[in-house]
Amino acid sequence: MAAIRRSKPNSPTLLLLLLLPQSLLLSLFVCSSVAIATGNGGGYTINGRVKIPGFGAKGFGLPVKANNAKVMLNGGQQVTFLKPDGYFSFHNVPAGTHLIEVDIIGYFFSPVRVDVSARNPGKVQAALTENRRGLNELVLEPFKEEEYYEIREPFNIMNIVKSPMGLMIGFMVVVVFLMPKLVENMDPEEIRKAQEEMRNQGVPSLASLMPGGGRSN
Amino acid sequence: MGSDGKKREGKTDQPSLEFSDPPPPFSLLIAMAMAIKLSLILLFFSSSLIPTFSLFEDQVGLMDWHQRYIGKVKHAVFHTQKAGWKRVVVSTEENVIASLDLRRGEIFWRHVLGANDVVDKIDIALGKYVITLSSEGSILRAWNLPDGQMVWESFLSGSMSSKALLTVPANLKVDLDSPIFVYSGACIHAISSIDGEYLWKKDFASEGSVDVHQLILPGGSDVVHAVGVTDSSQFDTYEIHVKNGGLLKHTSASFPGGIYGEILPISGDRFVVLDASRSVLVLITIENGQIHLEQTHISDLIHGSSGNTVILPSKLSGIFSLRTDNGIVFIKVTGEGKLNVMERVDKTVVISDALPHSEGEQAFALVQHGDGKIELSVRLVHDMSSNHLKETVKMDHERGFVHKIFINNYVRTDRSHGFRALIVMEDHSLLLLQQGEIVWTRDDGLASVIDVATSELPVEKIGVSVAKVEHSLFEWLKGHILKLKGTLMLATPDEVAAIQKIRLQSSEKSKMTRDHNGFRRLLILLTRAGKLYALHTGDGRIVWSTLLQSLRTTSQQCAGLKLHQWQVPHHHALDNNPSVLVVGRCGLSLSSPSALSIVDAYTGKELQNMGPVQHSTVQVISLPFRDSSEQQLHLLIDADKRAHLYPTTPEAANIFQRESENVYWYSVESEAGILRGYGVKKSHSSDTPPSEYCFETRNLWSVVFPSESEKIIATVTRKPNEVVHTQAKMIADEDVMYKYISKNMLFVATVSPKASGPIGSATPDESVLVVYLVDTVTGRILHRMTHLGSQGPVHAVLSENWVVYHYFNLRAHRYEMSVLEIYDQSRAENKDVLKLIVGKHNLTTPVSSYSRPEVTTKSQSYFFTHSVKAISVTSTAKGITSKHLLIGTIGDQVLALDKRFVDPRRSLNPTQAEKEEGLLPLTDALPIIPQSYVTHSFKVEGLRGIETVPAKLESTSLVFAYGVDLFYTRIAPSRTYDSLTEDFNYALLLLTILALVVAIFVTWVLSERKDLQDKWR
Repeated sequence: MAAIRRSKPNSPTLLLLLLLPQSLLLSLFVCSSVAIATGNGGGYTINGRVKIPGFGAKGFGLPVKANNAKVMLNGGQQVTFLKPDGYFSFHNVPAGTHLIEVDIIGYFFSPVRVDVSARNPGKVQAALTENRRGLNELVLEPFKEEEYYEIREPFNIMNIVKSPMGLMIGFMVVVVFLMPKLVENMDPEEIRKAQEEMRNQGVPSLASLMPGGGRSN
Repeated sequence: MGSDGKKREGKTDQPSLEFSDPPPPFSLLIAMAMAIKLSLILLFFSSSLIPTFSLFEDQVGLMDWHQRYIGKVKHAVFHTQKAGWKRVVVSTEENVIASLDLRRGEIFWRHVLGANDVVDKIDIALGKYVITLSSEGSILRAWNLPDGQMVWESFLSGSMSSKALLTVPANLKVDLDSPIFVYSGACIHAISSIDGEYLWKKDFASEGSVDVHQLILPGGSDVVHAVGVTDSSQFDTYEIHVKNGGLLKHTSASFPGGIYGEILPISGDRFVVLDASRSVLVLITIENGQIHLEQTHISDLIHGSSGNTVILPSKLSGIFSLRTDNGIVFIKVTGEGKLNVMERVDKTVVISDALPHSEGEQAFALVQHGDGKIELSVRLVHDMSSNHLKETVKMDHERGFVHKIFINNYVRTDRSHGFRALIVMEDHSLLLLQQGEIVWTRDDGLASVIDVATSELPVEKIGVSVAKVEHSLFEWLKGHILKLKGTLMLATPDEVAAIQKIRLQSSEKSKMTRDHNGFRRLLILLTRAGKLYALHTGDGRIVWSTLLQSLRTTSQQCAGLKLHQWQVPHHHALDNNPSVLVVGRCGLSLSSPSALSIVDAYTGKELQNMGPVQHSTVQVISLPFRDSSEQQLHLLIDADKRAHLYPTTPEAANIFQRESENVYWYSVESEAGILRGYGVKKSHSSDTPPSEYCFETRNLWSVVFPSESEKIIATVTRKPNEVVHTQAKMIADEDVMYKYISKNMLFVATVSPKASGPIGSATPDESVLVVYLVDTVTGRILHRMTHLGSQGPVHAVLSENWVVYHYFNLRAHRYEMSVLEIYDQSRAENKDVLKLIVGKHNLTTPVSSYSRPEVTTKSQSYFFTHSVKAISVTSTAKGITSKHLLIGTIGDQVLALDKRFVDPRRSLNPTQAEKEEGLLPLTDALPIIPQSYVTHSFKVEGLRGIETVPAKLESTSLVFAYGVDLFYTRIAPSRTYDSLTEDFNYALLLLTILALVVAIFVTWVLSERKDLQDKWR
C-alpha cells in the first residue's frame, strides 16, 4: 500500500567507467576529427557527435527514441538536430565559452562546456559540466537512461499479507488458532489466579459486553 | 482502546482470563488495533521519505492528458502521388514543421525548430525528402519524409542579409546531383539534394546591390533565371548555368518610378510589378535579351479603385490578381502584352496557388466566406469564366474568416479529377475539405496560448433517479471485482484491457458538474488568434470556444493580452455564471486603444463587448474588492498613467473611493531601469479626468538602477491568490521563526549590461547578477544580494516568504538555483505556543506596510543541470501541504522538485533534531529524479508556461503546462494523505470485512462448543 521510492542503484560514475574504453577506442580510430572549424564572418562551427551505447557501436544508427533528439547551444540560442549517424553542428558561433545540451527523451546527458578560442582555431576544449571530465573530442554520451515510470511489482502473496488487511487477517488467525494452543499448555491454577486478579481489579473489559464474553463471566 | 489492546497483547506470556476462555471478538479488536498502529507507522515511514511524483506506466491518462498541436500553418506541401500514406507537410508560425496524415489530420512526425530559426520555405525533393530553409535562408535541412529523421543539414553563408528563396526543380535535364537552388544572403547557392553537398555559389554582392525577387527554372533548359531589382529603380535579369554557376547573361533596364513589393512572374518571360506610388502596373517583358517595360495606370483598368493596391502572390500562368480596397481583380495578360480585367470578386476571397492539373492546364481555388458557410470554387486558368467545381461547406461562425488555402488534386475511381483543399481559418485552425465536406479539423490555435484562467463548473442539480443509482452501483461493483481480479493476476488479457478502459474512461472525470474534490474545472485559454477556449480538465476536450468579437471589430490588428477573473459567484449572485475579463490591444504600440470583453465561463457568450475603448492599457490590476454582484474591481492603467476603474458602476466607484487610499501599484521600466510605485491622487485639482471612473495617479517612489552597471532582466511577484497557512515556522530544537509574508514583495534581478547577452558573450569578470527584494508599497529594498560571475537568463518564482531563482554561473559554467528566504525578526520574541496552535498569532499585531520591517534572510545556492524555460510552484487550497517547484526544463519536460531540496537551512551534517524535522543534508547539486517528471515520457514542445491551481482537496494541486503542446495533470506534493488513491481496492476491503464477519461467527460457534465441553467435563 505504501509505495516506497525506489531509486536506481546504478551510479553514473560506474557507467562512465564502462564508457571510457569505448570513447578511447573511438578516439583511436577516428583520427581526431576537428570539432571546431573556422567559418567566415567571425563565426566558428562546432561539430560534434551524439553516441548512444548499444546503438552507436555499429558506427551509425540511433534508437527510434532519438528521432526527436535536439542539441541546444546556450540554453536554446541555437537548436539543431542529429543526422542519422549522430553528428550535429552549430554554425556561426562566436568565440567564447559555450554550453551544449542534448535532449533525447529517455536519456540523461550532462551539459558540455565548449571553449571556442579565437587565437588558435581548431583547438578542442570541451568538458562535461556535471563531473568536470574533459573530453578530447566532442562525442557526447548519455550518463544514464531515464525511466519515467515506477515499475509495478508483480503480484506477490507477501504484498497482500503485508497490507493492513492482510495483517488483520494474519493476526486473527494467530490469535484464534495459536493462542488457545498456548493457553492449553499452561497451568490451570495460574490461569485461575490471573482470572481472580483481573476480577479484583475490575477492569471494565469490553469483552464482557460481547455475547461470548458476557456469558463466560 | 487501542493502547489497552496493545498492552494485553504484549503480555502474552502472562495469560489472562480472556485467553483461557477464548473471546475471539476481543482478539479481533486487538488485531485491528495493531493493524491501525502498523498502518500509522507505515504512513510515518512513507512521509519521512522524500515524496516524489511518481507514476506507474498503466496510470498514464488516468488523471493527465497531453495534446499535440502545430500552430498556424504558413506553408503546406502535399505528398500524395505514389505514396502509400497520403500526407501533407506543413510549416507553421510556431516554427514547427510537421507531416500530417491527410486522412485524419494526425501528426506523423513533428519538429519544433529553435525560436530564432524561423522557417522561410519548405518543399519536397526527390519525392522522399522534406527540404526546409530557415534562419533567413542560412540553414537548409532535409528530413526523411516517412519518419522525420534529419538527413542532412547545410549552412549557407552569405555576404549580406536578403530575402530567402528556395527552388526545387521538378524535372531538370542535368539531374546528376539533383540540385536545389537557394537564394539567400545575396548569393545563389546550388546544393545537392542527395547529401547536402555544396555544388556552387554565385555571389550577387559583386554585381552591385541587386535584390533578387524570383528564381525561375524554365522547364527543359539548363539555365537558372534570377530576376531582381537594384536600388528599387532598375530591373535586372541574370541567366546562370545550372552546372557551375557561371553567369551567362545579364540584362537590365532602369525604371525611375521605383517599385513596391515583389516582382511576380506571369509566364517564362513576363513579369508584373507595382510602382512605388502603387498606382501603376509595370509589365516587364524579356524579348531577345532585351527588357521592355510597359506601364498601365490601375485607374484605367479598374474604375474607382483607391489605394492600398497589392499584387497577390498567387502564381497563375498568364493571370495575376490585384487586391484593392474594393475587391480583388483578376487580370489576364494576353500574348501581345495587353492587360484585360477578367473578373472582380469580394476582397475577403482567398486565392490558392496554381496547381498543375492536366497537360498545360492549371487549377486554382477561391474561397468565399458566406453566412455560416464557405464557398469553395476551383477554376481552371485557361477557362476562367466557369467554375470547374463549386462546393458549399457549412462552417462554424467561431472559426472566423478563411486566411489561407492550399489545394491538391486526386484521381477518383471513375478517373475524373477531384480536389481537396486545406484551409487555415482566422482562429488558426486547420481543416481539410473534400467533396463538400470537412474531413477533419485541427484546433491549432491552441498552440499559441497567451494566458490561462480557470473556472468552476456548475453545481450538480439535485434529483437523481433510483434506477440510475442502482445501475451505477452495479457498474461500480463490477468494476471493482474486475480490478480485484487484476490485482490477483487472475484476469484474462481481455479483462485487463477492460480494466484499463474503465479506468481511463471513467464517466466521473469528464462530467460537466462540480465535484467534491475540485478536480473538475474549466481551463479558459486565450490564444494569439483572439479566440477563447474552455477545456475540461477531465479529458481535455473543448467545451466551448469563442472568437472574441471585441478583438475583430476594427480593421486594426487587435490581439488579446490578459485574462482575468471578472465574476466568481460564491456567496451572492449565485444565479449568475462566473465570467472572465479579456483585455486586448488594438494596434502595435503601447498607447493603442484597448479592447475589453467579458465572457461567460459556462457558455462562452460575450456578455459585454467594450470594443475599442478610448484609453490604452499598459497594466491590469485586480483589486481585492468586489461589488454586491461579486464582480471583481479592476484598475486598468493607461500609457498616460491614468487609472480606469471597471466595472463602471456607481457602486464600484463608491467602493473604490472608500478604499482608494490603500491602493498601490508599481511599474517596471526595464529599458530605463526604473521601478516606480503609484497611488491614486485624492483630489483632482488641475485637470479634471474625463469621467468619474478615471483617476489621476501620483508617483510615490522610484528606484533607479544605475544604467551603466545594472539592467533589469526579471521581476517576479507573488501570485495574488496564494494562501499561506501559517506565518510561523517550527524549526528544530522547538524554536519558532516567523516568515515575512507580504503581498507587496517584488523580486528584481539585474545584470551588468555586458552580460545581458547570451551565454558565451561575457567573461565571468564582467558579469554580475544582483537580486533585490523590494516592497512595492514603500519602495524599500528589503534585501540585496550579489552573485559575482553570474548572468541571466533569470527565471524565478516567489511564494510565501521565499524566492527560488535560476541563473547561469559563468565561473563554474553551470546553471545554479538559489533560494532566498526572508524572516520577520520583529516578532521573533513572540513565542506564545498556545496562540500558535490556535492560529491566532497572526491577528494580534496589526500589520502595516509602512512600518519598517526588521527582516533577516537566509540563502543558499545549488547547481542545477538543465537550462530552464519556466518555473512555477504548486498551490493548494489552504497552503498546508508542502510545496513542490515545477521546473520546465530545456527538454520541454516539467520536473517536480521538493521545496525541501531548496531550503537554506540545509547543512552538510544536520543534527539529529534537524534530521527529525526533515532537513536534508546539503549537496552541491539538486537531484533530478526521472520519476519526478510530472510530464513523465511526454514533452510539452515549445513550453512557455506552467500554471497551477489548487483543488478543493488540500493535498492536490492541478498543473497545466502550455506551449505548442498542452499538458494537464494533478499532483499531490505530499501524496494524497486526505483521500484514498485511485487504485484503492474497495472490493478487497469488502472481502476482508466479509471474511472477518464470517470468522467472528465461526469462532463464536467454536467457543460455544468449547464452553459446552468445559461444562460437561
